[in-house]
Amino acid sequence: MVAPAVVTIVLLSIFPLLYSLWLSFVRWDLQVQEHPFVGLGNYAAAVTDPRVWGSLGVTLVILVAGVALEFLLGLGLALVLVDELRGKRFIIPLLMLPVMMVPIVVAFTWKMLWDAQYGAINQILGIITGHPVLVAWLAKTDTALLAIIVTEVWQWTPFMFLVLLAGLAGVSPELYEAAAIDGANWWQSFWNITLPSLSRVIAVAILFRSLDAFKAFDVIFGTTGGGPGFSTQTISYYLYDLGFKFFRMGYAASISYLVVILLSVAATLYVSRFLREERL
Amino acid sequence: MSATSPALAAPRPVHRASRRKPLLLALRYLVVLVALAFFLFPIFWVISTAFKLPGDYLRNPPLWIPSEPTLIHFGAVMPLKGYTALKNSLIISFATTALSLLIGGLAAYSLARFNTGGHHFSFWILSQRLMPPVVLIIPLFLVFRTLGLLDTHLALIILYTLFNLPYVIWMLRSYFAEVPVEIEESALVDGCTRLGVLRRITLPLSLPGLIATATFAFIFSWTEFLFALILTRNNAFTLPVTIAGYYGTQGAIWGQAAALAVVATIPLFVIGVLVQKHFVRGLTLGAVKS
Repeated sequence: MVAPAVVTIVLLSIFPLLYSLWLSFVRWDLQVQEHPFVGLGNYAAAVTDPRVWGSLGVTLVILVAGVALEFLLGLGLALVLVDELRGKRFIIPLLMLPVMMVPIVVAFTWKMLWDAQYGAINQILGIITGHPVLVAWLAKTDTALLAIIVTEVWQWTPFMFLVLLAGLAGVSPELYEAAAIDGANWWQSFWNITLPSLSRVIAVAILFRSLDAFKAFDVIFGTTGGGPGFSTQTISYYLYDLGFKFFRMGYAASISYLVVILLSVAATLYVSRFLREERL
Repeated sequence: MSATSPALAAPRPVHRASRRKPLLLALRYLVVLVALAFFLFPIFWVISTAFKLPGDYLRNPPLWIPSEPTLIHFGAVMPLKGYTALKNSLIISFATTALSLLIGGLAAYSLARFNTGGHHFSFWILSQRLMPPVVLIIPLFLVFRTLGLLDTHLALIILYTLFNLPYVIWMLRSYFAEVPVEIEESALVDGCTRLGVLRRITLPLSLPGLIATATFAFIFSWTEFLFALILTRNNAFTLPVTIAGYYGTQGAIWGQAAALAVVATIPLFVIGVLVQKHFVRGLTLGAVKS
């Protein structure tokens, strides 16, 4: 009964990986028909390529800033909404909507909002500050990265919120009652009951969001295209550029192998550190 | 302290010491209002743009509400590429969902009942989740090119099924495992075959889980962008690729892109609300249940 699944997976997942391994040892360019063996040449070029390190840096900034913000905002919202509140039944599905959006639609929407001339963000800032604001958010290196992070945070905070809310709802009320009897204040209950009870849920949520953030592509493709310069170019975006703009498949394959190794090590360490008892 | 509204007389036991203070209640509503404004405004913006005349969105400052709600963008974009993109997206998403549920369902049942593969399997699931899609698309692009499958529905259906399988197997396994073995065994004793048991007992009993899993498989195929961008051109283009093609640096056709965006988004909102209860479990591979 597992056979069809195993066959599909071997054919389509193991085979490409082996093919990719071969690619990473050859020179595969669009201009040349032959694919000469270059040994570790691609790998040597990859580790000295400033754009590899630059795009890894951008990926890491988006990952750390984005996931940290998503976690803090999501936790705050979950704490606000865990107890009964009138209208909660409608509020939660509404807050869920960003997760349901097509990422490329999110990119398009925020590209309109960030627009210097026709965007609502400059308009709103203009109303708040009292004089016209004409910031070209997506055209400047520092603000473009900020814009990407805000866009990611907008789409994925609801995910954090929902997961943490589910976690909070599972904390036994007796723990809080016992703490209240012992005279614990809100902060003490939060640090000594809420956070420890949530640690597993938090670890899972951060793992999932971090893995996704590492794949960030759609929103960048749809808003900045990796620019200005290479300021918002993530590693996924650089690989796409190499493979499908410059058709340097061999070189791209070697970098992707390095990325997979890096991610495997990081994820294994993370899981053994924070999710040891889990089977996931 | 007890002067707060009676609606707050919660069925849940007292959760936090300070929850009956009116000031705290006001603060909670304020946070909720700010959050709703932040998370809903962009959605409002793209929907309203779809119904605005270009003069409403190509001006400084832009108008928030269409001055004269119009359907011109839908009229312009749907016959041109919209209907084809919608059709392609529907064919690819439904075929992928059916295929991955069929292949994945059999594997999941076997895993749930006979524990085939053991726990190496769970590591493999994680490794699939970990792999950036762009890593796999480079060799797969070359393979599909050799097979002459570029720009076909089949290429995307195969690829999306591959990406859905680990997820579908993992989720269905956990839903199947929740069906009591005793019911299945008594059916087997009564002369039912294994496939008969699966069809008459296990599947109906795990139907909500099946629907939730199918929905996530559908959503993945419906929203996927990178593979569709690389593997399609003039025939098999899906809605996300078409939307991206419609908004260049020029704002002139924002209305048409927004119209397509509305077409792509509405089905997701509808099914999202339907599977709301399974949402957290589905998004975290069952690691967190709500």
